Order: sequence, then C-alpha cells, then structure tokens
Amino acid sequence: MRRSLYLLPVALFLVLAGFLLGGLFLNPRDIPSVLIDRPVPEMNLPALAGRPADSGLASADLKGRVSLVNIFGSWCISCADEHPTLMRIKAQGVVPIHGIDWRDDPAKALAWLQRNGDPYDRVGVDPAPGRTSIDFGVTGAPESFIVDKAGVIRYKHVGPITPKVWEATLLPIIVELNK
Amino acid sequence: MIAELGHFALILALAVALVQATLPMVGAARNQRQWMAVAGPASAAQFLFIAVAFAALTHAYVTSDFSVLNVAQNSHTDKPMLYKVAGVWGNHEGSLLLWITILALFGLAVSVLGRNLPPGLKARALGVQAMISVGFLLFILLTSNPFARLDPAPFNGSGLNPLLQDPGLAFHPPLLYLGYVGFSMAYSFAIAALIEGRVDPAWARWVRPWTLAAWIFLSAGIVLGSWWAYYELGWGGWWYWDPVENASFMPWLAGTALLHSAAVVEKRDALKSWTILLAIVAFGFSLLGTFLVRSGVLTSVHAFATDPARGAFILLLLVVSIGGSFSLYAARAPWLKMGGMFAPVSREGALLFNNVLMATGAGTVLLGTLYPLFADALSLGKVSVGPPFFNSVFLPLMVPMVVAMGIGPMLAWKRGDLAGALLRLKLSMLLALAAAAATWMLQGGSAGPWWAAGGMGLAVWLALGTLAEWAERVRLFRAPLAGLPHRIAVLPRSAWGMTLTHFGLAVFIAGMTASSAWKSESVQTQKIGETVTVAGYAFTLTDAHEVAGPNYSALEGTFTVAKDGRPFAVMRPEKRAYRQPPRPTTEAAIHGTVLGDVYAVIGDADGKGGYVTRLYFNPLVPWMWAGAAMMVLGGLVSLSDRRHRIGAPQRARAKA
Repeated sequence: MRRSLYLLPVALFLVLAGFLLGGLFLNPRDIPSVLIDRPVPEMNLPALAGRPADSGLASADLKGRVSLVNIFGSWCISCADEHPTLMRIKAQGVVPIHGIDWRDDPAKALAWLQRNGDPYDRVGVDPAPGRTSIDFGVTGAPESFIVDKAGVIRYKHVGPITPKVWEATLLPIIVELNK
Repeated sequence: MIAELGHFALILALAVALVQATLPMVGAARNQRQWMAVAGPASAAQFLFIAVAFAALTHAYVTSDFSVLNVAQNSHTDKPMLYKVAGVWGNHEGSLLLWITILALFGLAVSVLGRNLPPGLKARALGVQAMISVGFLLFILLTSNPFARLDPAPFNGSGLNPLLQDPGLAFHPPLLYLGYVGFSMAYSFAIAALIEGRVDPAWARWVRPWTLAAWIFLSAGIVLGSWWAYYELGWGGWWYWDPVENASFMPWLAGTALLHSAAVVEKRDALKSWTILLAIVAFGFSLLGTFLVRSGVLTSVHAFATDPARGAFILLLLVVSIGGSFSLYAARAPWLKMGGMFAPVSREGALLFNNVLMATGAGTVLLGTLYPLFADALSLGKVSVGPPFFNSVFLPLMVPMVVAMGIGPMLAWKRGDLAGALLRLKLSMLLALAAAAATWMLQGGSAGPWWAAGGMGLAVWLALGTLAEWAERVRLFRAPLAGLPHRIAVLPRSAWGMTLTHFGLAVFIAGMTASSAWKSESVQTQKIGETVTVAGYAFTLTDAHEVAGPNYSALEGTFTVAKDGRPFAVMRPEKRAYRQPPRPTTEAAIHGTVLGDVYAVIGDADGKGGYVTRLYFNPLVPWMWAGAAMMVLGGLVSLSDRRHRIGAPQRARAKA
C-alpha cells in the first residue's frame, strides 16, 4: 500500500504527458463556428444605394450556387488589405462574392467600392447595430463564409483573405462543394 | 564571424556538458575521486562556452547585425539601446539561450561555492545539472538556433513587439528565468540525494538558500510582469489567470511549499520524501511552463511564436527528466530513513498543512490551465477557463492557509499547544473580526461584495498574528524594556525575513481585496474641456496632441484631476503608434496615493473632437506592490542570514 503511493506521482505525470502529447496535434485557435452546417440566418438586406436596386442580399439569394459571403466596411482597415484578393477572386470567376456592408455609412461604402473596385455580385446593407451580422456570429470585419448550393454555411474564415488562404483553404472547399 | 563563433561555442558547451553528465556520475558510483573531480572544471568550461555564445548574440543585437536572422526578426536600428539588449531574450531562441546561460551560471556556483560539499553529492548534483544542460543545448542546436544567418541581409530589422519595449518587461524574463532555473538546483540535489539514498539536514542546509534565492527571483519576476500588465495593457487589472501567468505561478506555489518543507528537513530531519517530491514538482512546473509557452497547446495572450516540433522536443525533455525523476522517486523514496516524529499540532504539522494546501492550490491551477486541453482531447468541446473558476476554487483554498499562517509560527516544534497559541492570538482574532465588521459597514453592507469583509479580516489577522509572533520572539511585554534593543538586535535575520514576508503577504491581501472589490471605472468619449467624475476624482480633459518618440509617435492627452474642488494632479496618458513593427500600445497615466491609484487611459479620436477615455480609481493597488516588495525584501533579508549563507555551515564545521 505504502509502496504504491510512491508510484502515484509518476502515474499522474504519465497521464498528463499523454494529454500534452495529444495537445500538440490539436489547434486551440481552431474554434468552430456554431453556424457551420446550418442554414444562413434569415435576412433580407436592402441594396447599397448607387448599385442596382435589386442587388440587395436575402437568404433566398444564396441558394442554387456555391457562394462566398464577405462581411466588410469602408471603415475597416484589414478589409482594404483584403480587397485586392477579392478582386482577383472575382476575376477568376469560380465563385460569386456577396458583401454585407456592416455598420457603415452607405455613401462612404459606395465611394470606397468605386475607388478600390467592386468585387461583389450583391451587397446588402446592415446598418448599426448590425443585426444580420450578429446572427452570423461576426466578431469583427472582415469575416467570410462559404455557403453551399442549399444555402448552408460550410466554412467560416475570420480575418482578411490572403492569396495563401484563398489558394490553400477556401478554393479547395469551393471546388469540392461545386462537384 | 562572431555569430559563427557563438554557434561553435554552443557545440563545444554541449560536448563539455556530455562529459559532465557522465564521468562524475560514474565516478560517484565507483567512488573514484578523479572522475568525480571532473565536474568542477567541466562546469566552469561549460559556463565559459555558453557565456561566449550569449555574448556573441548580444553583440549581434547591439551592433544591429541583420545578417543574423534572429536579430533581423526582432530588432531595429531605431530601437533604444536598452531594448536592443533586452531584444536578445525577447524572442524564443534568445530566451532559451538566456535560460541555458543562467543554468550554467548556477552550475558554476555549485562548483565554486560547494567546496565543502560531500564529493559524491556534489558530483552527482553537477551531473544532473549537466543532463539538463544537454537537453536544452540539444533543443537550441537542433530546433532553435539563434545564430542562423539570413542572406541577403535586410537593410533594417522587423523590430521588437512594442508591448515589450518597456523597462518593466526588459527585466521580467531574466528574473523569471533566474527563478525557474534556480529551482533546478533543488531538483539536481534532490535527484542526487535519491541516487545516494540519503537526505539529511546537511542536504537541506544546501538546498534551502538556493531555493530561497530562486523564490526571490521568481517572486520579483512575477510581480514585475504583473505590474507591467497593470500599467501597460491599460485594462486597470493586474492578473488575468492567463495560461502563461499560471505557468509562472505554479512553480511559485510549489517553490514556496518547498521552501517551508526544506526548513522542516533542516531543523527536524522530517518530511524528507515530501520535500524531495516538492523539489521535483517545482522544477517540473518550471519545465511545464516552458512547454506551455512554446508549444502552442493553449491559447494565451502572450505566447511565443509556436511550433509543434519545438513542443514535441520540450515534451520529450519533460518526459525524460520529470517522468524519469518520478520513477526514481517511486523506486527510492520508500527507502529513505524516516526522520523525527511530530504531533499533528506542532510547527511541523502547521507547515505540512500549509504545504498540502499550497500543493492542492498548484494542482487546481494546473487543472484550470489545462482543462481546455483535456476537454478538447476528450472531444468534450472547446472551452475556456477564466477567472471565475480560479477565483472560486483557488482563493477558498488560500483562506485556511492564511488562517494557519497566523497560528503556525506560534506553535512549538514537535508538539505545539494550540489552545495556548490561540489564547496569545485572541487580540489579533478580535481585531480581525472587528476589521471585517468595519469593512462590511463601510462598504454599506451588501452594497459591496460579501467576500471583501472576509479578505480584509484575513489581512488584519495575518498582519497582527505576524506582529504578535515577532513581539513574542523579542519578549516585548514579558521582559524588562531595557533589554529590548538588544533582543531586537540579536534576532536572527531569517526570523526577520519570515516576519517581513508574512506581513508583506497581509498587506498584499488587503490591496488585492480592496482593488478587486471596490474598483470604479468609467469608459466614455470625452471632448476637450469635458469633465468626468470617478470615485470623487474629477477628470477634465484639457488637451490632446501628437508627440514624437524615438521609434513611435503618440497621442498624448492631458487630464487635470481635481478632488473636492481642489487641484489634485495633472496626468498625461499616451496612446503610442510604433513604426516598426506597426502596433499601437497604451501608456496609462497613474497617480498613486496611499488609498489607491488614480488611473487614466486615452484611446482613439472619434473624428468629431472627442477621445475615447477610460478612467479608473483602483483602491489600495499600491498596497499590493508594497506588499509584494516586502515579501521579496523579506526573502533577501532571510538569505543574508549567516546560517543560510551558501556554504557557511560547512566551512564553520571544517574549521572546528
């Protein structure tokens, strides 16, 4: 009995080491969105003033085709970093990009798109407090969602889309969903 | 060229460490003096080579040699000299080099100061130290070479994270590492003792001062980091139970327990196997902290750039060293001779009680820190464990500990008189209850948190209990006053150290309780000329303009603060934008008083003439820093005690 008590530290340590080893293969930052594999939230956002009146964004618009939904704002500095990548994705033509203009002044958003280029098929305006973006679980701009043909969210990317993220992560998912 | 010299020196150090890890061990087993004697010169050579490597990297930083990858990634010519030097350890590779430099320094100290150590114990302890060196040198050379070159060399470097460009944080890592690595001494001696199969008071006399020194450094390092978080992060808080903070707190708890149980081994020749276990655990926690910070298994606000290969390597080190030690412990500890017996109510009993509570505390912190990992590995989902868990599990464990801290020193060794001790402490008890009641009334009953009264009561209990114990020692009221100065003068420094440290903890508890319970804060947009009042302090934003620093530009706000209509202070917080790497930092303006800190932070302009401002009154926060400073000072005073002085007892005996 007394002898086995002395084995306790090494036994506890080995259990701990096992977990630490397992931990090396897990990514704690890889937080899944609760919305993954759920239909996009119910929404019917008006079009951005200055773009075609029927280019707003509703839940029904996301059915029938794989699409990329991008939350942005003209006030958001990382969105400007991301923008050239979005323009390149548009030029490739593999997926339509829809924007949600989050907590923004529509006039500034339009000027921003005119200045930097407009990669979006549809742009829905989600003024403060940004109800729709809250429904999407957005914590900051930019964030992007891959939505499949059935209108179900399949992937969420937090932060700017870099060429590397596009090539290595998003494009393969989109190609897979398009099969 | 100099960088290559550094790299080469590290390889030589590895070769020396391999010799030091084997020859003296074999020599000790075969009782061959010459083989054992290799350990001394080897540790000196090892230190020399590692010091050369450290100097080479420092040279690269000071001269901004951007052909060294590490310098290019972490330094910049515009950086003030202090941060060029601090940049050496402000990154993964360099901090490991600092780690191993300190380890080698401790090894050298054993061989120089330990002339009178039993040769077998000394050879084995140095051998174990060298094994740790081998592990870390391999880690550096195989996965984290700080001397890797970059070709072509960039014109300038990427700069050091601006948050780290702060005097507080420049010295935080070296102090912390002196603490972490300092526990390797107790560890090496514990392993050596297990191999020898003997733990005696002479062993404890050696281990105690080293543990105390490590404890002092670690305490100072933790406090410095906490203080930095308080004024630099601008949240008005000082401890967040972040995994990296916990990584430094766990060895502190284990080390504090070790310090007290080593005292029992020295004085009473008891608690031996428990002390050995704590020595392994304290260093194990230090290694675990290194693993957690660098492996990326947990998310934290301040992790190094993480890399699974490095994580795997440290885990291997951890398994070999700590797993191996625990196995050795399981095999050898049951055969350690039992020492002096003691009754449950005794000084030893009280120390053991607190030891168990501290170990349990460290265990709960470990559980809370790693719970997200356990949950993830067992597919229970992603969770994060925050302050509510630690506050509701860890703090209640500390309540009986503080209560016992007041009583323990009053008990005699071997068999104590609990009723007598309580009788002598009745005044402290009454005043502590009175303080709790007064706190409750002053905060308006349930208008404040219920635990505030308890915290204040405990602080008063511990402070008065500590003073009462001091008064007993100098027989303040029991002997003629005429002899008092003499009795105070002859009080050993280790006794002074304990009194100071325990009293400091009481002051710290008061500060911690008050700042958590009664903090006032206000966040708003303020225009120039507008006044916001927080806790009776009227903050008027009188000015905000751009100022330029050596490698940043900043928005500096000026607040004129008035209290009761009278001018109180002018405060100038800054929001800095560093150029390289481009990153904002906040520099809170803090005006400390005895009652608390008046604390102001300025944020971004809203574009309409207003500025986001955060204004706080943090009651008794200066008490926390004062309390922590007293604890560190108490440690230093105790370390300066003749009886603790490293090697002193042996020398005295050698003469006799």
